[in-house]
Amino acid sequence: MTEFNPMMLDRLMPMSLVTDATGNVIHVAPTLAKTRAEGFFEGRSIFDLFQFRRPNAVATVDDLLENADVPMRLAFSSPPQTDLRGTVSEGPGGGVVMNLSFGLSILDAIRTYGLHLTDFAATDPTMEMLYLIEAKSAAMEETHALNRRLQGARIAAEEQAFTDTLTGLKNRRALDHILTRYHATEVEFTLLGIDLDYFKSVNDTFGHAAGDHVLQVVARKLVSATGPDDTVARVGGDELMILLKGKTDTAQAKAFAIGVIKDLEEPIPFEGNTCLISASIGIAATNQFTPWSADCLLATVDSTLYISKNDGRGRATVYEHGMCRKMCSGRKDCVSLNLHKKRSGGRLEARSV
Amino acid sequence: MHGLVNKSIQCFVRDTYGPEVWGKVAVCANVEHEGFEPMLTYEDQVTHDLLHAAQTALHKPMDVLLEDLGTYLVSHENVERLRRLLRFGGASFTDFLHSLEDLPERAKLAVPELDLPAMELRSLGDGQFKLVCSAEQSGFAHVMVGLLRTLADDYGALALLEYAGGADGREEVDIHVLDSGFSSGRTFSLAGEVEA
Repeated sequence: MTEFNPMMLDRLMPMSLVTDATGNVIHVAPTLAKTRAEGFFEGRSIFDLFQFRRPNAVATVDDLLENADVPMRLAFSSPPQTDLRGTVSEGPGGGVVMNLSFGLSILDAIRTYGLHLTDFAATDPTMEMLYLIEAKSAAMEETHALNRRLQGARIAAEEQAFTDTLTGLKNRRALDHILTRYHATEVEFTLLGIDLDYFKSVNDTFGHAAGDHVLQVVARKLVSATGPDDTVARVGGDELMILLKGKTDTAQAKAFAIGVIKDLEEPIPFEGNTCLISASIGIAATNQFTPWSADCLLATVDSTLYISKNDGRGRATVYEHGMCRKMCSGRKDCVSLNLHKKRSGGRLEARSV
Repeated sequence: MHGLVNKSIQCFVRDTYGPEVWGKVAVCANVEHEGFEPMLTYEDQVTHDLLHAAQTALHKPMDVLLEDLGTYLVSHENVERLRRLLRFGGASFTDFLHSLEDLPERAKLAVPELDLPAMELRSLGDGQFKLVCSAEQSGFAHVMVGLLRTLADDYGALALLEYAGGADGREEVDIHVLDSGFSSGRTFSLAGEVEA
């Protein structure tokens, strides 16, 4: 067997040192040597060179060897006071062999001491760790960037969405787009404004789940009652609209509306309960206005709908010329006009016969 | 194919030939102008279409295009990170060549979904090597030729690289390292400082 030669450690453990029996350094391996000025370690006591934190009351080589199975934590006494991990073993001539590593301070250490690939033993997984830290950081950055983009896209998509998520019907935004398009391309149609009656009491009595279910059932019924060219939109909590494309016969539309109301009045079972609703409908056609505008139609339909509502619910009202002069100036005026008339005992002009 | 691959091709076209050319390639390949998300996976056909669109737009034979892509990957400042990660493979160009066999595993450590072709390095002695790449889609070895040629410079090594053909999902690259310390090369600092 070859005699122990401290040089053997240089390649195997480039962060090691060897002391004599008094704890004075007799050999320092190349990477550890690189952390201080040349010749810094030789001949000096390891108890001066390092502050031992665990085990913490060590002053002699024997103290160290007694605690050899304790994971050693220490730091350089002189700046930069890099944290180190260590293990010791009995060395030649009653001294110790101490192997050190940077542990978690590795990133700082590499920067501080300008370490290279070749400063680590080929068996040392430090390189793999550094590679992983760098590769994972890059991958994480990309993932965060992707998350940010997806989040942005989700918000944008929600803002641009044309679909009401509960019912799958078109939403208000979609309806506005369709109205704008039909106006630009001179498409004629009849618009029906629908307000569900007794919906609030369904919500209050059986809860929101029942309300949601009723809305979904209503949506299915309206879609099956209309044709592929027609539009059904949910424009508010319990407010819906149907746009009958290419049809301007309001008498037919009223018959259609009455059919819809009958259909919606069918009891809707939900978890052992029966939900009963009805609908008030207001109707106006594009050819009733020259020229028509989306605002005007929406306001008119809204007003005729409120007439149906005020007139006892569960009915449909078709707009007639002269029904309400202020209609086009906005729904509020219109409704207040009608309510005023009703309160004052007068017959509602808007009432359909 | 992994989004990182598609994104690399996208960045190569954009950084080398400008955003207008990328715009044309994107239209031809039927991909959105914003391009690819590096952390998502796409159908292989997308990569195929993308490369053919680039080939048409740049009027280059496919092998030249792929070699240029390999060069770009380890030389352009926008993808400096990749060069750094590759340089972790070894302290010399020869060490690096031997690390190529680990490359698919290394890549998987960072991005588990990334499947790189398997590579085998045969040492023929006297600085001569044969790199055997196994990939379902051909062309990977051309990328490796461009990448290795540029990394040889990066390490300061003088090396000859040549595509040595291939068939049945296997492609070969002949490598001859003439002088591993030919020049000082580019620095590689573990700590990641910017080069002086």
